Amino acid sequence: MSHILLRHRDIPDINKLDVYLANGGFSAFRKVVTGMDKQAVVDEVKKSGLRGRGGAGFPTGLKWSFIDNNSWPHYVVANADESEPGTFKDREIMEQNPFQFLEGVAIASYAVGANAAYVYLRGEFWQQAHFLDECIAEMEKAGFLGDNLFDTDYSLRIYTHLGAGAYICGEETALLESLEGKRGQPRLRPPFPPSVGLYGKPTIVNNVETLTNVPPIIERGADWYRTFGTEKSPGVKIFSLSGNVEKPGNYELPLGTTFRELIFTHGGGIPNGRGVKAIMPAGASSSVIVATDEALDTPMDYEQVQNVGSVLGSASVIVIDDSYSMEWVVNKTLHFFKHESCGKCTPCREGTYWMLNISNRIHQGRGSAQDVDLLYDVAKQIQSKCLCALGEFSTMAVVTGIERFRTDFDSQGQSTPAEG
Amino acid sequence: MNRLLKEYPQEVEKTLAKYPLEQKRSAVMPLLYLAQRDKMHIDRQDMIDVAEICGITETEVKAIAGFYTLYHEEPGGKIRVQVCTDIACALRGADEFYAHLCERLGVEDGGTTPDGAVTVEQVKCLAACHNVPVFQVQNADGLTYYENQSVESALEIIEKLRQGESQEEAA
Ligand SMILES: Cc1cc2nc3c(=O)[nH]c(=O)nc-3n(C[C@H](O)[C@H](O)[C@H](O)COP(=O)(O)O)c2cc1C
Ligand code: SF4
Ligand code: FES
Repeated sequence: MSHILLRHRDIPDINKLDVYLANGGFSAFRKVVTGMDKQAVVDEVKKSGLRGRGGAGFPTGLKWSFIDNNSWPHYVVANADESEPGTFKDREIMEQNPFQFLEGVAIASYAVGANAAYVYLRGEFWQQAHFLDECIAEMEKAGFLGDNLFDTDYSLRIYTHLGAGAYICGEETALLESLEGKRGQPRLRPPFPPSVGLYGKPTIVNNVETLTNVPPIIERGADWYRTFGTEKSPGVKIFSLSGNVEKPGNYELPLGTTFRELIFTHGGGIPNGRGVKAIMPAGASSSVIVATDEALDTPMDYEQVQNVGSVLGSASVIVIDDSYSMEWVVNKTLHFFKHESCGKCTPCREGTYWMLNISNRIHQGRGSAQDVDLLYDVAKQIQSKCLCALGEFSTMAVVTGIERFRTDFDSQGQSTPAEG
Repeated sequence: MNRLLKEYPQEVEKTLAKYPLEQKRSAVMPLLYLAQRDKMHIDRQDMIDVAEICGITETEVKAIAGFYTLYHEEPGGKIRVQVCTDIACALRGADEFYAHLCERLGVEDGGTTPDGAVTVEQVKCLAACHNVPVFQVQNADGLTYYENQSVESALEIIEKLRQGESQEEAA
């Protein structure tokens, strides 16, 4: 099967404008601006069943239809913050197939009546931001950005904006705060960005991969797109495969592909003759899946991953072999969340601090017999008390790690039961 | 006079042009990068300069600089080597790589080499989890990734950057 998103793997140099154009580039954008009503574009994307690839899986067309037409101007913001540990797909798109992504930004902007769009990249994507700036300049020169596009009255400009190292800025309202020149801390919702977003104006925030799906959907139609994937999770997805596999990397596959096919057929299996112990399907924010045969045969789509007690999220599949203790894995994730908590609300700020503290005690063999239960309780206390999902994410590996791999913790924690 | 306006008038203008006229504040992050470029840290005068251009207070700028990890308020090496030791990399030996690299450079975790040129620190996921070990170098040229490294290749890269830096100092 040829790629729909990672097209550079089939067509060399598609990150050059002339090659992109020679392969049908910008015909979808031209088609919508010159011949399609805004509503028709939104309807086609709705019909395709495309769901957000940034993690939450929210239907993209539906989100676009929420844009408030009583308040102007409108903005589109592409979320290129890509900071979930284990996720590296948006980066490959922007480096290798940038024009398809930018065309997606352009079509989304047209569909919601935006004349300005921003691409918010994590600060570490300094090179990628500069490359996108060059691509944008070429698009301007070729007449795909600017005023009166294709001799219509539609105008559009796209700008890049670099973050500076903060995972929380991937959360869409924190991202908007950051783009407004403030600390990246989430806003209270509602109102949601389609009513009150950037500079208080209606704004659509979409992930890079989500937007990259849009040109082929417009070009070839929603019915074609639905021939991939499952009924409720149509289309293709880029799975970022990492951890203990022979061939880590990005794999574009239909939604509904099983873990087994991804890990063993594409990823080449587990190195060093080891067995697979656990899977984190949504990066560090995952509930940890016990890698039973049933789990390995589970199709990866938004519904069925839930059957094995986790979520698909951004589909950053981290594989853990049987030489690792879950206690160590949980400790690593807590280092991450403690570092990334933005500090705005107490349960998350204090909770991640204490969870790391207790987890460090257990990890260093200084824990008491009660520490595993204490860690579990603190995590449970945090749940559903936080302003944004990061607080919740910080507890997922802790709670499921202890529930599903308890002995890994006890063997560490009980080594010095007398200490407190 | 405002150093940024004096030294980088075109960059400042280009940056401001990205945002609506009445939203100059949005330029605070790109301007902080600009202010940091030469010294690899941001001092009080930089904050005053950025605040002036963005039409906000120095305190507000300080709060923003303090929030993000890629802005440095403490002087350190002009070459910052930032090694990912996050979960996906750690499953592929990143902790050992980092420990060896620190040992060979003779620095502690987060420390700076005796000549003051290179600061080595651990960072969270860099979105390069398939090319471990990976580190990024933050210096006046911006940020550059180095993927699929070994301790030897990393030392070579650092040495080259260090030489480039000392030539610039001499010039
Ligand atoms: C803590 C946190 C981090 C997030 N990081 C990202 C990210 O790096 N990239 C992204 O696209 N979405 C991220 N999201 C999800 C966004 O808030 C938002 O749902 C998404 O950008 C919407 O785009 P989509 O509908 O196209 O997926 C994050 C959410 C949370 C709570
Ligand atoms: S849950 Fe954590 S990251 Fe989210 S707003 Fe509260 S403190 Fe910030
Ligand atoms: S965990 Fe190191 S680059 Fe992702």
